[in-house]
Amino acid sequence: MNAPVSFAESKLPLLLGALFVIGLIAPFAVYPTFLMKILCYALFACAFNLLLGFAGLLSFGHAAFLGTAGYVCGMMVRDVGVTPEVGILAGTVAAGLLGWLFGWLAIKRTGIYFAMITLALAQMVFFLAIQIKETGGEDGLQGVPRGHLFGLLDLSDNIAMYYLVFAIFCFGFFVIYRTIHSPFGQILKAIRENEPRAISLGYDVAKFKLIAFIISAALAGMAGATKTLVFQLASLSDVHWHASGEVVLMTLLGGLGTILGPVVGAATIVTLQTQMPDSVGSWVTVIMGVIFVICVLSFRRGIVGELQALIKRSGVN
Amino acid sequence: MLSRKYAKTACAAALAALSLGAQAQVSGGSVKIGVLTDLSGTYSDLAGSGAVLATRMAIDDFIANEKPNFKIEVVTADHQNKADIASNKAREWIERENVDTVTELVTTSTALAVMKVAKEKDRLVIMNGPASTPITNEQCNDVSVHYTYDTYAVANGTAKAVTTQGGKSWFFLTADYAFGHALEKDSSTVVLANGGKVVGSVRHPFPGSDFSSFLLKAQASGAQVIGLANAGADTTNAIKQAAEFGITPKQSLAGLLMFITDIHALGLKSTQGMYLTEGFYWDRTDETRAWSKRFFDKQKKMPTMVQAGQYSSIYHYLRAVKAAGTDDTSKVMAMMKKTPINDFFAKNGQIRDDGRMVHDMYLMQVKKPADSKYPWDYYTIKATIPAAEAFQPLALSRCPLIKK
Repeated sequence: MNAPVSFAESKLPLLLGALFVIGLIAPFAVYPTFLMKILCYALFACAFNLLLGFAGLLSFGHAAFLGTAGYVCGMMVRDVGVTPEVGILAGTVAAGLLGWLFGWLAIKRTGIYFAMITLALAQMVFFLAIQIKETGGEDGLQGVPRGHLFGLLDLSDNIAMYYLVFAIFCFGFFVIYRTIHSPFGQILKAIRENEPRAISLGYDVAKFKLIAFIISAALAGMAGATKTLVFQLASLSDVHWHASGEVVLMTLLGGLGTILGPVVGAATIVTLQTQMPDSVGSWVTVIMGVIFVICVLSFRRGIVGELQALIKRSGVN
Repeated sequence: MLSRKYAKTACAAALAALSLGAQAQVSGGSVKIGVLTDLSGTYSDLAGSGAVLATRMAIDDFIANEKPNFKIEVVTADHQNKADIASNKAREWIERENVDTVTELVTTSTALAVMKVAKEKDRLVIMNGPASTPITNEQCNDVSVHYTYDTYAVANGTAKAVTTQGGKSWFFLTADYAFGHALEKDSSTVVLANGGKVVGSVRHPFPGSDFSSFLLKAQASGAQVIGLANAGADTTNAIKQAAEFGITPKQSLAGLLMFITDIHALGLKSTQGMYLTEGFYWDRTDETRAWSKRFFDKQKKMPTMVQAGQYSSIYHYLRAVKAAGTDDTSKVMAMMKKTPINDFFAKNGQIRDDGRMVHDMYLMQVKKPADSKYPWDYYTIKATIPAAEAFQPLALSRCPLIKK
């Protein structure tokens, strides 16, 4: 589980630059709404990966942050009438605060207990979402206007919306990148590798875990709030535990603990989910299951993890 | 000068060509219908591939009978009962594939999401699968048609008919969320209005799997009728368990939202004697039998009301396009509302200004296993609920399009 250094790491900025350019021109080749969906889920998976891949904390309730932020953003934009950027900010802050509460409770335990506490709390959020009137219950929060960015730029145009989503994604990705490559990130990895040793070195492990949890929750919320604006709705499927499970699948498939893994994983899963059902129907869940089993059996490092290992091997020779 | 003259002639020729081509006045020379439904999940039985088949049958029949001068294309997709997938797909269809109308849309959240997209892009939505009344009330708009049924029609129809036929005391088993509460509230109002009484109710968590304690309460209440104010798997589980506890047939169950596929899956043994309201039954008339047999030959299942409604609505839509001579949304919609619907599915069906298609509904009682003579012989029609009574009256409408 050592962080891959050398070749793969040294060429990373170059690769990221290339991907940035691809991201800029992509909406002219591929349907923008589809790309926006991928970017939202990619950010969600990256936020999740920060927690699982770098701090070793398996949260099984991340949908709560995605969904809550979506609902908050939707209500703010639709009912209060704020501009989209304020809506996204409100969603992000709400998810961050919720993350604070969840994290504070959950990090008191580790392993399976941690995962179960997060799942239980997320189910409470699901219950609230279905019960209270403001979220629209199982009909969802519908008809959220995309509005004008800063009151100026009309976001009903798909290309304009895409660049906003792309900017938000890049910002979130940059935050995660900086977090991982900071002394704070080093300590998170130390906690992941050997928690007692980190404690014996004098670090307040609980505090680091909590901060990581809050950052992860806030960024997941940012993804959820953005998604609400893209689709102009927030629905129960975003707070359902399926979404919490999907993000685990995305991260594992793409490559746990790699910076680009979640992006690749999210792109793969979203593409499969969107394109496959039309041709294979109900087999899509079976196919996903098979992919997952193959992934954990034969390439456990995930797509990006395996590629990195391959480059590393050939780089040595 | 000469070149300018040529240019003029060329322009005139081009215009002439355009106006000639415009006889059909159908964008892109073809009408494109999108069927967005659940092809893989809980509702794939009652809508799903059967709805796609019904759409294709409607198109084939329309081409054979009416010989239109435009092409008709179909695209289909699975929305997996998720609103974001539905919204994404509908947007993509409209923006990239020039789809004229998005249809079916089982699951209310997907329907509402697509209604917003369609309104924004000025395209038609024809809904057959979704159940909730907000579609033609708070959330109504002028590009949408809610064709087959809604919870008002099926729940109130059942409650009223059962009460007037002697089922005076009711107990409700209600799914504990907005949809279940609304279903219970609407039905109990009807029960009370028709001289019945509600002796109690119990709320179960949604989604539920173990209904034993709730069913025992219902049994202890001694009510004649247990109203199931829930849907889908909750309803089928409750029915199965009620049969196991011996509640039925001593007390009878009333399904407030059920389909023939549910009866088929549960079997007559555990559903016998149940009351439910549907908008279509295959074995009702010669016309319905003839159509349903054709459907059965391909699908190996009898059609649900959603699938029959899908056929009827698509045929009605295509006829409106032909009559209006255009696929322009508002003109086609005006034509659809103006023309009454007369086919095997509906007699004198009418689309109201709130988008609600009103037609007769039928109160059914599920047969005893011994009375069922052939496959899919499930219902006895106890009453026909006339269109005027079956649906929510416009006077109670909460749709902003309805001026009072």
